[in-house]
Amino acid sequence: MRPFVYRRATDAQGAVATFEAAPHAMYLGGGTNLVDLMRLGVASPDLLVDVTGLPYDQVEETPGGGLRIGAAVRNSDLAADAAVRRSYPVLSQALLAGASGQLRNLATVGGNLLQRTRCPYFQDVSKPCNKRDPGSGCPAREGEHHNLAIFGHSASCVATHPSDMAVAMAALGAVVHVEGPGGPRRIGMPGLHRLPGDTPERDTVLEPGELIVAVELPALPYAARSRYRKVRERASFAFAVVAVAAALDVADGVVRDCRVALGGVAHVPWRAELLETTLRGAPATRESFVVAAEAEFAQARPLRDNAYKVPLARNVIVGVLEELL
Amino acid sequence: MNRVEGVAKVTGQARYAYEYPVEGVCHAVAVQADIPRGEIIRVDAREALALPGVLAVLSCEGAPELADTSDYELALFQSRTVAYRGQIVAAVVAETLEIARQAQRLIKVTYRPGEFDVRLTGTHPGLYRPDKVNPAYPTDTGQGDVEAAMAAADSSVDVTYTTPALHNNPMEPHATLALWEDGDLTLYDSIQGVSTGRDSVAKVFGLPPEQVRVHAPHVGGGFGAKGSPRPNAILAAMCARAIRRPVKLAVTRQQMFSFTGYRTPTIQRVRLAADAGGLLTAVAHDVVEQTSRVTEFAEQTAIATRIMYGAPNRGTSHRLARLDVPTPSWMRAPGECPGMYALESAMDELAIECGLDPIELRIRNDPATAPESGKPFSSRNLVACLRAGAERFGWDGRDPRPGIRREGRWLVGTGVAASTYPVYRSPCRATARVGPDGRYTVAVAATDIGTGARTTLTLIAAAALGVPVERVTAEIGDSALPPAPVAGGSMGTGSWGSAVVLACRALRRALDEHAGAVPDTGIEAYGDTAEELAGQQDFARHAFGAQFAEVRVDTGTGEVRVSRLLGVFAAGRIINPKTARSQFIGGMTMGLGMALMEESVMDHEFGDYLNHDFAQYHVPTIADIRDIDAVWIEEDDAHLNPMGSKGIGEIGIVGTAAAIGNAVHHATGRRVRDLPIRIDRLVG
Repeated sequence: MRPFVYRRATDAQGAVATFEAAPHAMYLGGGTNLVDLMRLGVASPDLLVDVTGLPYDQVEETPGGGLRIGAAVRNSDLAADAAVRRSYPVLSQALLAGASGQLRNLATVGGNLLQRTRCPYFQDVSKPCNKRDPGSGCPAREGEHHNLAIFGHSASCVATHPSDMAVAMAALGAVVHVEGPGGPRRIGMPGLHRLPGDTPERDTVLEPGELIVAVELPALPYAARSRYRKVRERASFAFAVVAVAAALDVADGVVRDCRVALGGVAHVPWRAELLETTLRGAPATRESFVVAAEAEFAQARPLRDNAYKVPLARNVIVGVLEELL
Repeated sequence: MNRVEGVAKVTGQARYAYEYPVEGVCHAVAVQADIPRGEIIRVDAREALALPGVLAVLSCEGAPELADTSDYELALFQSRTVAYRGQIVAAVVAETLEIARQAQRLIKVTYRPGEFDVRLTGTHPGLYRPDKVNPAYPTDTGQGDVEAAMAAADSSVDVTYTTPALHNNPMEPHATLALWEDGDLTLYDSIQGVSTGRDSVAKVFGLPPEQVRVHAPHVGGGFGAKGSPRPNAILAAMCARAIRRPVKLAVTRQQMFSFTGYRTPTIQRVRLAADAGGLLTAVAHDVVEQTSRVTEFAEQTAIATRIMYGAPNRGTSHRLARLDVPTPSWMRAPGECPGMYALESAMDELAIECGLDPIELRIRNDPATAPESGKPFSSRNLVACLRAGAERFGWDGRDPRPGIRREGRWLVGTGVAASTYPVYRSPCRATARVGPDGRYTVAVAATDIGTGARTTLTLIAAAALGVPVERVTAEIGDSALPPAPVAGGSMGTGSWGSAVVLACRALRRALDEHAGAVPDTGIEAYGDTAEELAGQQDFARHAFGAQFAEVRVDTGTGEVRVSRLLGVFAAGRIINPKTARSQFIGGMTMGLGMALMEESVMDHEFGDYLNHDFAQYHVPTIADIRDIDAVWIEEDDAHLNPMGSKGIGEIGIVGTAAAIGNAVHHATGRRVRDLPIRIDRLVG
């Protein structure tokens, strides 16, 4: 671990100004991922700006009937929030499906969105990785990738985004509020995270120094019936092999609207837009769900050892949608 | 009986190796090779040494000489050879751990890399026949004509199973605190045997054993990975000698996937033949596994097959490939654990071929004497375990048809498998002492690696002395105590306890001589089991068991959940039911991990185990363990030891994976012959 300077910020402007003064600064939330990466030598910041003391630890209802979630809200608190559980159960379930109780007590909303891939090559500094060391290569493409991406990967990176929470937020169409050197801005989800292309070192569209201060969930009444289903290699405390966040709005036997996002399948929380388009206006039946899922997976490009994720994800989607009927 | 050190452990008072406070202690960190094979050209430590707080860098360049280099893994820096990726090639010592870790990244090692081979296959061109398998079993055995029996069989199976490399992963990583004083070395080490550990370390440094002392009062698990000193012990002592100050070294979790041992991957062909009545006519078990280029470790995978079932035609064999990998070593029930996975899965397949209940097939083939040696069993209660388990588990009336029990999205199935583990015992000494205050102390250089050994020895001593346990203390975990064998091979309690009993009996005789009056200096007596062991009658001594699993398999996702797990064991007399149950269900839990999730993935491009932390190498969580239970049949076996006990530390892991795999087949109709039974092997 390299020596680094640690500063505590008390407001967003101060945090951004402190960040900008150092060549390799990083914001520190709960530290559940960043501190590990520093120990492994994957991240070597010279300055940590601790943003957990910023006044962003509340969940508030917005005038439009949605919720505004402070970026410093801990995962455990957000999962237990009464309004989240009532209006967006998919988000509460996704949070509780992630990590362990101890980690959720520390992890923040902002940090969770920005956690890095758990691709084994990324985490091992003795091996090449384009995401960690641009231009060094991607051993995962031909190596161990049975739990890596089937959508949207590139020649330079086949990693997946590890967050469960972000999958639910992508399904809900969350809006990320950012402060930064260029002033405040809003980024819709999906849209915060980016596909790897030939610059996999960039996980998100955030510019250097930009700080997530809140995540806004728009009103989505039918999300009161929503679900998160995570498939993993053990019953708890494992990253998703495949995860599905879904909400379904049915009237008179017809799908009026739906939201489906997938985890564990791409470099981003994967919003299943083709599936959604196919399903809107279709009869709310198992057959429609299968057809819609097939439409989505027509664009999947599985790697040598992860084609099993296609039938797996399809089965989970169909199962979750049926449960929402 | 509750653990005597239980309160100390849960209140954080029990000290582990890394936790001893020592004035002026420094910190060492190991630097590892990032090539799998080659020669070190140069170690450039200038930048590291320039860092304030760095005290020394050790490597093959100017390394302190070691007296004995016969164990490659312990002969640190004695050559320029790299034999596996992750081998220790340098170490840095600094005032703080942080400085040491910073300096670690500044050490530049340049190599001349060589061609390497890390891929085990059943047809590897380098397969060879080792002279013996661990620790001293014949490599191959055979009688009759297996081929002919297979050809003539009414029912037969000829199947190949594979198990992946597995890493022991005790909770406490290996750690050492080393202090030199006037040429004497003291180690606080996380190790399973202080006497044997002391002897090994003394040999490496060319010291008489009495100049080395090893303390290990508390050890946070070992599962074989701490069965002998690992490089951390030697490295800490080398660093401490180099800088003339005490040195601490804790192996990281990631490093535990490189140089602290693991279970070899196996490729196992099992052939079984049976007549129309379900009587076995042939049993053959042929194993391919790996060892390193530098040290031979030949896992005894097929030895359980030599004693399990009767058949006139039989054979076992072991073949090894020398690869550019770390040396495999002991991991909980080396041999029996992977071997019985294959044999007991094949027995399930044969039962289906024969149209017999798998319990009935095992009962019909239960031998009266050990099938290959012809020796009588000291006791053998496999059949009793199977019957008791069937009763308790609700096996009777089981519909054998696979893939027909559906509960919502789940398919439900049940499976059974047998367990076994040999009864080993090694010579041991102990003392028993009584003070004028009427308190008794027994002393033996045993180690409690979390098993409850200290508690069990207290019970054994109290019983032998005929006094309440409150008046007895067991002193263990110090090589200055009477020498004892390692906590391994499930022989700890049997070996140490026998010596304790002899010492206690001697003390009672001495007390009788004093007419019960204890002088101010107390009375001490001595026990040594060497003679008694040498005079043991020739029996086949084994513990047996039966494991039952009920699994639920999600039809859409291939997720497997083990809803019930029951083990019934026959392991002599159970001395402390409370800690014994923990040993059994702990082993079964580890077996569940082996069945469903544990797998060290060899990275063929880079030549190391890729998934080297707990986020990537999955062991079971509490949520994976639902209804688990272990019970036992009390055996009265006079041919074991003074306590009448068999070892219980390892048998719990033997057979679990087969029971679960058999249940998965019963649930789904799919036979997965490659562990672990991952989602991708069942979905679709």
